[in-house]
Amino acid sequence: MLLSVNSMQKMLTIISNVLKGSASKNVARVVAARTYADFTAEATFDVKKCDTHRLDDAPPTKSVLTREDALKYYRTMQVIRRMELKADQLYKQKIIRGFCHLSDGQEACAVGIEAGIKPTDHLITAYRAHGYTYTRGVSVREILAELTGRRGGCAKGKGGSMHMYANNFYGGNGIVGAQVPLGAGVALACKYLDTDQVCATLYGDGAANQGQIFEAYNMASLWKLPCIFICENNKYAMGTSVERSSASTEYYKRGDFIPGLRVDGMDILCVKEATKYAADLCRAGKGPIVMELQTYRYHGHSMSDPGVSYRTREEIQEVRSKSDPISLLKDRMLANNMASVEELKEIDVQVRKEIEEAAQFATTDPEPPLEELCNHIFNNDAPLEVRGTLPWAKLKSIS
Amino acid sequence: MALLKSCVRSGRNVFAVILRREFHKTAPALVQVTVRDALTQAMDEELERDERVFLLGEEVAQYDGAYKVSRGLWKKYGDKRIIDTPITEMGFAGIAVGSAMAGLRPICEFMTFNFSMQAIDQIINSAAKTSYMSAGLQSVPIVFRGPNGHSAGVAAQHSQCFAAWYGHCPGLKVLSPWSAEDAKGLLKAAIRDDNPVVFLENELLYGVAFEVSEEAQSKDFVVPIGKAKVERQGTRITLVSHSRYVGHCLDAAAVLAKEGIECEVINLRSIRPLDMETIESSVAKTNHLVTVEGGWPQFGVGAEICARIMEGPAFNYLDAPVIRVTGVDIPMPYAKILEDNSVPQIKDIIFSVKKSLNI
Repeated sequence: MLLSVNSMQKMLTIISNVLKGSASKNVARVVAARTYADFTAEATFDVKKCDTHRLDDAPPTKSVLTREDALKYYRTMQVIRRMELKADQLYKQKIIRGFCHLSDGQEACAVGIEAGIKPTDHLITAYRAHGYTYTRGVSVREILAELTGRRGGCAKGKGGSMHMYANNFYGGNGIVGAQVPLGAGVALACKYLDTDQVCATLYGDGAANQGQIFEAYNMASLWKLPCIFICENNKYAMGTSVERSSASTEYYKRGDFIPGLRVDGMDILCVKEATKYAADLCRAGKGPIVMELQTYRYHGHSMSDPGVSYRTREEIQEVRSKSDPISLLKDRMLANNMASVEELKEIDVQVRKEIEEAAQFATTDPEPPLEELCNHIFNNDAPLEVRGTLPWAKLKSIS
Repeated sequence: MALLKSCVRSGRNVFAVILRREFHKTAPALVQVTVRDALTQAMDEELERDERVFLLGEEVAQYDGAYKVSRGLWKKYGDKRIIDTPITEMGFAGIAVGSAMAGLRPICEFMTFNFSMQAIDQIINSAAKTSYMSAGLQSVPIVFRGPNGHSAGVAAQHSQCFAAWYGHCPGLKVLSPWSAEDAKGLLKAAIRDDNPVVFLENELLYGVAFEVSEEAQSKDFVVPIGKAKVERQGTRITLVSHSRYVGHCLDAAAVLAKEGIECEVINLRSIRPLDMETIESSVAKTNHLVTVEGGWPQFGVGAEICARIMEGPAFNYLDAPVIRVTGVDIPMPYAKILEDNSVPQIKDIIFSVKKSLNI
């Protein structure tokens, strides 16, 4: 851990809190004021060494974190956490329907990967996608409104939970494993168009046994596609634990001839360093790499799964108390004086407010108009007629 | 001369036709082009026109194509644009779709559409539905092409017609060319289209030569998607077909013409969207309809045409029920005599016409 833990500064915090409480507006608060200059601008943290497969070196075991980035990561993870919990609430109120796969517990994956790649890089994932939709640039407002099926949703209410898209973000995909060849295809386009972009292609421990993933591994390796295959191993594919589904649970080695990394998916800095390392390897034209993120989801597979029939409440509680990604970052920040407790509390308050406002929008925005029903079947196409439920129902479709 | 033309069209005798390109001399306006060469030309012209277009599939590059449809393309465009894939349809179809999402314009070849079943999830769920699911944010400009339907002696697993399966799905455009002009113009249109197109060729037609007009020889010649073509004007009865069986209909029409029965033959060209307007106008004129297809009868192309005729204005013009001539409802057998009797024959079409006209 880090040096420069200053107990004097801690004392100052306590004094300032006491004084703030009793000081009136007119009293100068010179002695008690905390300025940002009091905080550590930058600190270096140890991260767990990644297990490697077919690699001579590994991602660094030290990660430099600036105060600015720390606050940004904290805030982003809190947004995802609160957004997912709000979705849980709305689902139970039957305002969200159908499928809803939540990712609370896995925040360090989405935020860490985004920190390790550039906005001009590409990302594709499966159906547990709300966090990634946010990190790739869609507002909470538009995400929640899509979940509630309103016209203000990012897919105008046409897609729902599993079909949200953004610039350089290819969803949100409902068919397990299908997104992996798609991601390799995006990587092919990156190489073809001579950019130095990479594609982060995500899948879960359940999908990891899909044949099409091995087909994608083969072609990505053969053609040296800049594809980072990322397995988000949260230990359970719906109700099936990894031991029950996979002859080999070393998902980072499953690429065989493709080098691999096993990463602590609960530590955002470990994810960030590993992603950067992987992206650099791809950008250098060395071909694909497989990254396994060991993570955990607090919720069940989806909202219709309580998540306790195949695992114990004790297990869930243990992960929450020992490995929560947001707590891990918060503890690091506080222990190294990168932020104050109040500051983080203030962020929490702001985040809650943002989520509340987004939820308010998502529950009051009107549903899409019926005139929209048949639109967007095709892209850049002349208007066409679509058969409705009855032979006389000739509906209009524009693209 | 008429007999020669009919032999050329039905492909029973495959003439080795050399493509003449003597534009600098006083060239004949029409040239003979095989369907295969028309497809090669279409891809060549579109590869040249747009750098984002590329071809991938099994044996498309160094082998010049399993059926030689991509002959010469790898030599001209190289590894980057003509890509040989391993035998992994689900994987390479998915890669093709992903590349289309990220800005390229892939042509994904299936050695035959029977193998597309391995990849059908990528075609339907990843390609066809995406524009709708994303409310227009994400386009998928891709062409899936390859031979469809039965060939000669390749038996059950290699002989299925997929027109009805793909024609069923919103979000896809499905084309089924017959002549060389169809092949070239429709493939060019498909490649230029910003949406997923399933392009159903026919192996038995590859070697057949057709006359191609001067207009159709131009590099900008495209055939509009969704429009059928009246190949032969007639007054007594309408025959509607797609792909290889258009030729059978024309042959049947030639025979019937001798008996004074003038058939109107419509070449669908597009399975989806289906040009009902052309069919309805024709039925309004002739009052009789026979559909001909190679695929199985149940839930097939002919079945759809019947349903739509019944739902539309043309129903009142019918003097007899619509007759569907289809493949036999069995997996394709191997022995020649069995195979020949598993698919529509010219005599079946003639019989249906006479039945419809009550002759």
